[in-house]
Order: sequence, then structure tokens, then C-alpha cells
Amino acid sequence: MAKVKVDGTEIEVRDDMTILQACEEAGKEIPRFCYHDRLSIAGNCRMCLVDVEGSPKPVASCAMPVNEGMSIHTNTQKVKKAREGVMEFLLINHPLDCPVCDQGGECDLQDQTVAYGSGKSRFDLNKRSVEEKYMGPLIKTYMTRCIHCTRCIRFSEEVAGVEEIGAVNRGENMEITTYLEKSIDSEMSANVIDLCPVGALTSKPYQFEARPWELKKTETIDVMDAVGSNIRVDTYGWKVKRILPRLNEDINEEWISDKSRYACDGLLNQRLDTPYVRHDGNLNATDWNDALNECLSSMKNHKPDEIAFLVGDFIDLETSYLIKQLSESLNIKKIECRQEGVRLPYSDRSQYLFNSTINGIEESDCILIIGSNVREEAPIINTRIRKHLLNKNIPIGLIGEKFDLTFDYEHLGNDLNILKSISDGENNFCKILGKAKKPMIIIGQSVLNRDDSLNAYSLIEDIVHQYSFLDSSWNGVNTLQLSASRIGALDMGCYQSSRSLKDIYADAESGSLKLLFSFGADEIDYSKFQNTKIIYMGSHGDRGASNADLILPSAAYTEKDAIYINTEGRLQYAYQASFPPSEAKTDWKIINQISEMLNLNWGFVTLDDVRKKIKNQYPDLFNQVSADRPYKRLLANKASKISFDNKEIGSMIKDFYLTDSISRLSKTMAECSQIRKELRNGKAI
Amino acid sequence: MLKAKDKIFTNLFGDQSYSLREARSRGDWDQTSDFIKKGSDWIIDEVKKSELRGRGGAGFPTGLKWSFMPKDANKNNYLVVNADESEPGTCKDRDMIRNEPHKLLEGCLLAGFAMNAHDCYIYIRGEYFNESVVLQKAIDEAYEAGLIGKNACNSGWDFNIYLHRGAGAYICGEETALLESLEGKKGQPRLKPPFPANKGLYGSPTTVNNVETIAVVPTILRRSGSWFSSLGKTKNTGTKVFCISGHVNTPCNIEEEMGIPLKELIEKHAGGVRGGWNNLKAIIPGGSSVPMIPKSVCDSVSMDFDSLSSVKSGLGTAAVIVMDQSTDLVKAIARISRFYKHESCGQCTPCREGTGWMWRMMEKIAAGEASPGEIDRLLDVTKQVEGHTICALGDAAAWPIQGLFRHFRDEIEEQLIKKIRAA
Amino acid sequence: MTETFSFNAESLDKVKFELSKYPEDRKQSAVMSLLDIAQRQNGGWLSKSAIEHVASHLEMPYIKVYEIVTFYSMYYTTPVGKYFVQVCTTTPCWLKGSDEVVKACKETISEKQNELSNDGLFSWMEVECLGACVNAPLVQINDDFYEDLNYENTKNVLQSFIDGNPSPIGSQTGRKGSRAEEYVKS
Repeated sequence: MAKVKVDGTEIEVRDDMTILQACEEAGKEIPRFCYHDRLSIAGNCRMCLVDVEGSPKPVASCAMPVNEGMSIHTNTQKVKKAREGVMEFLLINHPLDCPVCDQGGECDLQDQTVAYGSGKSRFDLNKRSVEEKYMGPLIKTYMTRCIHCTRCIRFSEEVAGVEEIGAVNRGENMEITTYLEKSIDSEMSANVIDLCPVGALTSKPYQFEARPWELKKTETIDVMDAVGSNIRVDTYGWKVKRILPRLNEDINEEWISDKSRYACDGLLNQRLDTPYVRHDGNLNATDWNDALNECLSSMKNHKPDEIAFLVGDFIDLETSYLIKQLSESLNIKKIECRQEGVRLPYSDRSQYLFNSTINGIEESDCILIIGSNVREEAPIINTRIRKHLLNKNIPIGLIGEKFDLTFDYEHLGNDLNILKSISDGENNFCKILGKAKKPMIIIGQSVLNRDDSLNAYSLIEDIVHQYSFLDSSWNGVNTLQLSASRIGALDMGCYQSSRSLKDIYADAESGSLKLLFSFGADEIDYSKFQNTKIIYMGSHGDRGASNADLILPSAAYTEKDAIYINTEGRLQYAYQASFPPSEAKTDWKIINQISEMLNLNWGFVTLDDVRKKIKNQYPDLFNQVSADRPYKRLLANKASKISFDNKEIGSMIKDFYLTDSISRLSKTMAECSQIRKELRNGKAI
Repeated sequence: MLKAKDKIFTNLFGDQSYSLREARSRGDWDQTSDFIKKGSDWIIDEVKKSELRGRGGAGFPTGLKWSFMPKDANKNNYLVVNADESEPGTCKDRDMIRNEPHKLLEGCLLAGFAMNAHDCYIYIRGEYFNESVVLQKAIDEAYEAGLIGKNACNSGWDFNIYLHRGAGAYICGEETALLESLEGKKGQPRLKPPFPANKGLYGSPTTVNNVETIAVVPTILRRSGSWFSSLGKTKNTGTKVFCISGHVNTPCNIEEEMGIPLKELIEKHAGGVRGGWNNLKAIIPGGSSVPMIPKSVCDSVSMDFDSLSSVKSGLGTAAVIVMDQSTDLVKAIARISRFYKHESCGQCTPCREGTGWMWRMMEKIAAGEASPGEIDRLLDVTKQVEGHTICALGDAAAWPIQGLFRHFRDEIEEQLIKKIRAA
Repeated sequence: MTETFSFNAESLDKVKFELSKYPEDRKQSAVMSLLDIAQRQNGGWLSKSAIEHVASHLEMPYIKVYEIVTFYSMYYTTPVGKYFVQVCTTTPCWLKGSDEVVKACKETISEKQNELSNDGLFSWMEVECLGACVNAPLVQINDDFYEDLNYENTKNVLQSFIDGNPSPIGSQTGRKGSRAEEYVKS
């Protein structure tokens, strides 16, 4: 600790802090453009200059570490002049674009000019202009506005792990660009838009859409993957204009993936806004009365074991609960949420959670990834792993395809037999595991949805128990889920222990399955259900709807209050930012109405009623998550005589930008997908 | 006036060859291993006794600078020689490199040993191609003769010297920008702290010294530190190679005693100011970064660090740029401003934006298209750049303009007003 | 026809020597010299292919190498003349008449900078201080300095190149390096 004086007041701060951090502790605002606490220090904007007693020149507070006894002044004449000077320099070549610049109203340059500028301009020469640069379909560039803070370069290099943005030329000719204006190939690329303090990098899809003060801001949860990133949905009227990240140190810090940010234009496309019934091959619009009656009669016409419930990717916790209740009330045993096809006989939630928690990644000293392309399955988690690796240089091994995760790791091979060799103590990685005190294993879905997954999992459990993955303070066993609904649906019991999706396919193909109630399940193979009647409840006209015989339109994630549990098992509340279109209803209300029509007497009037019931039945779900939760062993012991015929592990994600019904209907995601294909095939853009 | 026996550089103009044999005959590589046997403390002490100050422009006491290097044997220390001579007016290192490279190489070994370094990089500016060829040949000679490399000079100390060519950037003469460039990045200066002696090349403790500073070390050790400090003035000791350019009759490089009066320097060695001493208008005494001094100051000032800073200028690299009465001083300084705009690395706001603005304002004044009030604006801007930048290039861009108006403002304003009235 | 650039045998030898100067895990340090080697092999300028070849050779991202190419003045991304004349016009040279040297270049080579002369032999450009100020004014033609110039002898030097018999490098008035001329008071 060190004692320093800030504007005459003495405070005690950590001795590894910089002057800027010390001033913030003391409650003094220090203006800055290039400094960002999640990026390396650049010290080049010079806006943070403060006076330090004993120093003839003002000092860049973002870069100078504190010293015991330092006396810092943040509001002397010298500091004021320095700030005005820097401000003037930034403005002399900055175009007067405010009226047409999207950053207006949320612009660091505007804010700091008002607070720290001199108030008048004396520059009477020509301003320079810079040609726009192409950086991809998400980032609109107006490089004339760039003030060269280099945040985008540092983010791209340090956090996103793709060294693609640079500053070419020298002096006043310096320009920020990508190499030959290629699109940035990263799932986290659009975060530079948030970082850019001016309107040089703005959101292309959101260009000229709205002014920040016109928007209603709703704090809610993202559902485009299982991370549960905290987001803020900005709406104008009932239209979602844009999605921005919200600070959450435990999950997504300050970032969100490009899909979380931009799939939202899919919310306006192909919406199911009224019930439909299929007659003679054509879907005809109808009203809720007819639709629900049709629904009920379908269900009554079949025996319980001829009916299956499938719970899709965006179903919230309350709805999963009610779906399970409905299945139990009707004695429908065939219920499944694991669209990946997983067939593990779960007996405890620790067997399918990301137990270490995302924060826990930064405590780990060794990571073993099995069959997971973490970069595309959960970009936020990948970013956190990268952050920790840059900090602590821990060993990371991967069994599976050699994915480019943006960081170096030891590729052990794409062979499930490696698991056996580690379990038998014969692999070189065993030594590394042996040294680790808090190792983590990350298990991808592509290991768990195979016919031989039980064998694979038994090897994993054996490895986990041989090394220090589990003790009273640490649970290093992590399954990485792909969708926002999965944990909630699993917790509510929307699966059968001894069966999987493949069994339901088999039932459908054999003809023993007569009715499929698909609750937003779009990631399944509908070709298996040619001879099954399909009722589809969902928000978008994607695969499910196009194959359905009856469509019950529901709300998307931005249109309802709901609970989602993320892959760590963390329960989070999503809030309604907008309204479902036309006749579409909130999911839980649809199920509830069905229950009422069936006289099930559940007694739910409000969403709160449902939540109270869930909390009563499953109080543990509402606990805080931590990295020291216990792990319950799934399989009694390691299977003997294991060999994997099909030893290669596949990959779950075919196209990062098109993984669910909303992103598949998003124009922005389609563009991103197209451009990425071109980039990766070596074609110039 | 420097006596012949006190000269350090005896082949500055290349009368003899640079080669090892002839260098030896000039006294180079003599007693080198004896000095190493005396130990690094002894070497640093002699250099401290000599009161040698860095010859690259900043004039920081060399012995003191070397003592900042950690003595820890486990660290990978580096000596880096700054041969990126790019300060306008300066051309002394060029002669040392092409005509007396062995002085430099011997100095590298001795300095490197003193600061616990086994590896030395010489960073030479890209434009000095032929000079780099000569230097590499000298390095090869030294390796072959066992003077450097494993067990250099049979001293037990391993020492490697590598030559790295620049590619045209004045900013790489700044020590941390030089290190960045050596590491294969753009030559953008680093923030200090941390200082290179702590975290320098590849993160290891590093000292960066100018060519001349290192090249005089062997002679200092041979003739003793007290010999060096007996020359010149207190705290401004020894000899210095001056580069006299501009409006003199015989421009040249010349090694002279530190503290020699400016008038004497020019009249004895450069044939005097063209048109006579009274035809002198102003002189930039230390390379383009230092403020100019008018004739009235030139009449009596001495050429050393302290004397020149007391008249609000500086010795810098001792590059004496002489301007006679025919000179349009505003144009001369405007061209210097243009130099700084061209060489700014672009990293920090005041320099990136300010050097261009200052140059353009200077051009307006040079063209007579400005009003006297704009001079105040320009001076204000120089004050906004000075002291607010990451490295000294910002200061170097501001000072010439301040120097110009400090001494010649009235004259310039008169010209501007004349033009306005005539219009 | 744009060919893909790659180092020839001679260049590869030079590359090997350059790489040997730096620690094994620091080969990025050699980027400046490798770009110079590539530029020399490619006739005095760097094509896109040459830049990418250097980047792959050093396993550096393209953008990082491109930053280096555009940062340092001595890398050229468009063709230069067979004899590339760089004229210093910084103040010490300006004081001694660099304007005259520029005039000679404009007349002999081309009115505009960075434009090939009609015979394709030359191009010229203004550069900043070349570091030979006591022999001002001067030009650098490819690797060599031609010093102590005026309008006349600049034209002579340029002509000597056209004639295929380049003048000896260094001072064009007979001075020995940076030594003062014999000054005879008139």
C-alpha cells in the first residue's frame, strides 16, 4: 500500500496502482481517451496529464505508477491549460460531424470538450480528411473522425486475439486500418465500436437509426449462446434498435459476441405473429381459439406414449417448468431438451454445468479442452481463457479438431483414444496435469452425443478423479452448453435419463410417434418426422414452423420477462424490452392456457406465481454460483476395454453466424457468414 | 584551442584506411584486455572521473548512466549504440564510423564489459549504407582477430557486436524508439518509466549511448579520466567533434576542446562567417532542436552544455548551423518545422497534430500572409506542445520557433505589417 | 504480369545472416533488414507480394509488416527509377543552395517528384536531412552520397549516369571527406 495526496487529501492505495487509478479512488475525474482498464496502457492521448509535485512537466497519470508520498494535483492552472491544449489539438483536424455522426450523445470527445475544452476555436487552416476504410459488415468507419487513441488496435490484438488492425503511415498521416481493408475475422470484432471514443468506428447495421436519448434502455440477458451475457436492449417504440453489452465482471466483463449484438435484426423477420393451421398442405392463419382447440384435440387423440415434447434453445425457465408440468399431468414420458443428442443418464446438475464458473477460469492453472471449439461455441468464455493465458501463461491442451482459438495451446490430437492414454497415465500431458493444483476440463457437446459417449465420459470422470480437479474449494469439471435454455430445461427435468433425441427420431421413423410438440426446437432434423403431426410453438418462421401442422406464435427473448440459467448454472432475470408482434403470446401464458383448457387447475395467474412455485421446489437454483460446488459422479467406475472406432471428435458449430432461428433470419448474420466464407477461402473482399 | 596531442580522432577525414592494421597503428585496441582485467568498477570510475557527458544531444553524465545497469550476473544486459545520426546539422558519427570504426568497436567492448553486457547492437541509420558496409567489415575484422566474440581480447569476457540498419526515421534516434525499432516494430517511443536500464531491449536492462560517447572511451581509459577532465571546463569536459555548416567559408567537421568560444571555433576552423563576422545574423549552435542565438550572443558565448543553456539554447549535438544576413530566418525555421512534422511518429496528440499546425503557421508567416497576432497564437501552440509529449520530439519542434521569436520578433512583425500595408 | 515474390538464393543467404543476429525467439527484429533485402531484389521497391512474403517468412501478421513498410521513409511501395535521386532540402542544405539542386533535378529528370523520367532511368524526391551537412548540399543516388553540389555539378553528375559512367561518389569539389577546404581569402 502507498499513501499519496490527491488535491491535498491523503488516501491510501495499492502500490501497484497508477496515478489515474489513485485519483479515481479519491473521487477525482480524470479525462482520457486512450486509457481503458481492460487494455494495455498506451499513454498517447495525453488528456490525462496531471501535476505531480516535484515534476517540472505534467505527468501522464494513466502510465505513471504511484510512489509513497506523491502529491498529485488534478485541477491546477497547469493541468487546466494542458487539458485545453490537448483538446484543441484533437479538435483541429476533427470534422464537425456531430449532426450526422451516430456517436452524438454518447461521445467521449463531445463530453470532454464541454468539460475540459477552452470553448473557442482558433484554427483557420484546412482540416485533413481520411478515406473510409472497410472493416467488415459490422463496423462502419469514418476514419476522418479518428483521434488515434489505438484502443481498437489494442483490443483486436489483446482481447480478441486477432492482430488485424494497425496504424499505418507516420505522424499526421497516421491512419488506422486493417491490412488491405480486409474484414476483421473475429466473433468479438464489434466491441471496438463500444471502445471507440468518437464516431470513427460505428455500428453499420445501426447506422443513422436513432439518437441515444430517444431510446428506451432495458437491462436484460442475452440468449444467443449459453453464456448469458448481460446486455442492454435499446428500443425505439416497440422496435429493437440495438443491443449493447452491460458490465458484469463475473460473466462477460464489458464485451458481447457479434452474434449477441447483431442477430437482433432477425427479431423483425419472418415473425410468427398469428396462429396457423395447415389444411391440405397450406398454412392458414387462424385465431387462438381455433388453434388451441385444434391443439387440444390433437393431444387427446393420441396416447401419451405416442406424443413427444421437444424443448428448444430459447425456452425460458418458467416455460420449461410448465412444459414439464404439462408432460407429467398428461403422463407424457417422451420429453427431451438435448437437441445435440446427448444421452447421459444425469443424476445431478453438476454433471452438466460449467462448474468452475467463468471467473474460475482465472484461478485455474491448467485447462484441458475436449471436443469443443470454445471460440465459436462461447466467444466470451474463449476471451476469458485468452485473458488468463496472457496473464499467467498456463498450459492448455486440446483433444479434438485443431481449432484456431486465437491463442496457442498444445494440440494433443483429434482422437478419443488420447483420453484413454491420459487415464492410463501414458500421455505426456499427464505430467502437466499432475503439477496442476486447479486444473479445469471443458467438455464439448460433440463428445457427449455419440454412441460411445458413456465410455468417453467414464474416462473423463476417471481422469478427473485421478488429478486435482475436485476438492473442497474447487470444482474443475465443466460441460459447455450451447444454448440459453439448456440448463433451465435440464434442471426442470425436460429429458429422459435413459433416452436421447436419437430415440425420438427412431420412434418417429418407426411410426410409433404420432404427435410432436416442438417448443421452439429448430435444431433438430425435421425430415425424420414426415409421418408425425407437428405442433410448433415459437417466435420465428424457421425450420420448426415450416414443418408444422399447427403453429402457436410466441414471444422472442426481448419481448418477455423471463429467467434464464446460463451454462454456469447462474440464474439471471431477463426483462421485457418490447412487445411480441400481433397475436403472438408470451410462452408461459400459452402453456398455462392449455392447462386451463385441460382443467389442470394449476392456479397460476401471474409469472410471479410460477416463479414462486419454482423457487419452492428448486430453491438451490437461486443460489449464488461459485467454483467450489461439489461434483457428483455420474458413472460408477471406469469402463473396461474401451476403444473408439470412430476416434475423431466432430464439431458442433457449422457456421457461427447461423446457429439458431433468430440468427438464421438476420440479414446481418447472413452477410457476416458470407464474408467469413470468402475470407477463409482466400478470396479478397 | 585543442593541442594535437590531445586529439582523440586522428583519422576523422579518412587520410588513412579504416582497417584494423592502420587503426592499431593509430593506437586502437591497445591495452584493451588490461582495462578489462582492471574490472568494470575501475572502468566506470575512470569514465566518471572524466566527467564525460553523452554526445548524442542530451549531455547526461555517462559514468552515472552506466552505473544504473544492474550488476546481477544472471540478467541479460545489452549495450546499444545509437548511430541513427539524423539531427539536421549533425554529421560527426558518420566520420567516426567510416574512418575510425575500431575506436567505436573497442569502446563497445569496454563499455559493454563495464555494464555487464555480452551483446551489443549498433543501430545505424539506413541512409548510411556505405558506412554500414565499412562498419560491418570492421566488425568482421575484429571477430577474426579475436578482439570481439568469444573470450574477447583474451580477457575471458564474451562479447558480440551486431549491426542493425535503420530505414529512414529520425524518431529512431530517441532511445526507446530505437529499442522498439530494434525489436522489429514501428519506431514509436515508449513511456518512461520503466527506463531502459530497467526494462530495455527485449525487456532486459539496456543502456543506449551515442557513437561519439562510446568511441572516446578507449582513449579516456588509455590517457586517464583526469586527462579528459583537464580539458574543457568544469562539468563540461574533454573534446568534442563540431560540425560547422551553413554560411561559413569552409564548412567542416573539427575536433576541438569543449568550451571553445563560438567565434574562435568558426574563425579558426571554418574560415569564418562568409562576408565576415559582422555579416553573421544568427547561429543554431547544437543541431536543429536547440533555439537559435543572435549574433550578439554569438560574439561571446562558449561552446559547452552549461554556457549555452544559460543563454536559452543548448549544445545538443554540437552541430553549428551558421546563418548570415542574407538568410530569411522565418523560411529557415519553417523548413525545420516541416522536418519535425515529417518525422513525428504520430503516437501522441500534441506532436501528431501540433507539428503540422506549427509548420503551417510558420509557412503563413514566411509567406507574409499572417498578422502579428498569429505569432502569439503560434507561440501559444508551441507552449501547448512543449512538455506534453511522450518524447522530446515535441519539445524539439517547439524550441526553434520559440528561439526565432525570442530574438527576432520585432523584425518579423515589421515585415508582416509592411506586407499588410502594401496589400 | 505480377509474379509472386520469393527470396532468391542470394537473398536467402543475406536473410540467414540477418536472422543470426537476433535471439531465436525474436526473429521479428529482422523485419527491417528482410524488407530491405526484398526491396533490393525487387528493383528498389516493395510489391504486395514481397511484403507478404517477408511476413510469412517471419510468421508475422501482414498488418504488422505493412505498418513497418509505411512507417519508415526508405521503403517504397511504387516503382522508383533505376537511379533514384534523393535531394536533401532540410535547413543546413537549404542554406547552401539545395534549391539549385532541386532545379537541376526538375530540369533533367522530371518536373514532379516520384515520377519516372522519360527514359525511365531516374526518379527524384525531396528527403529530410541525410547527415552530411558540412558537405551540403548533397543528394543520395541509390546507396551513394554526392556532396558539395551546385546547379552545374548536379547536372554533371546526372549526366554521368545517363552516359553510363557515373561520377565518383563523395564531394564533387575535391574535398576529402568532411575536412575544411583550403580557404583563400579573396
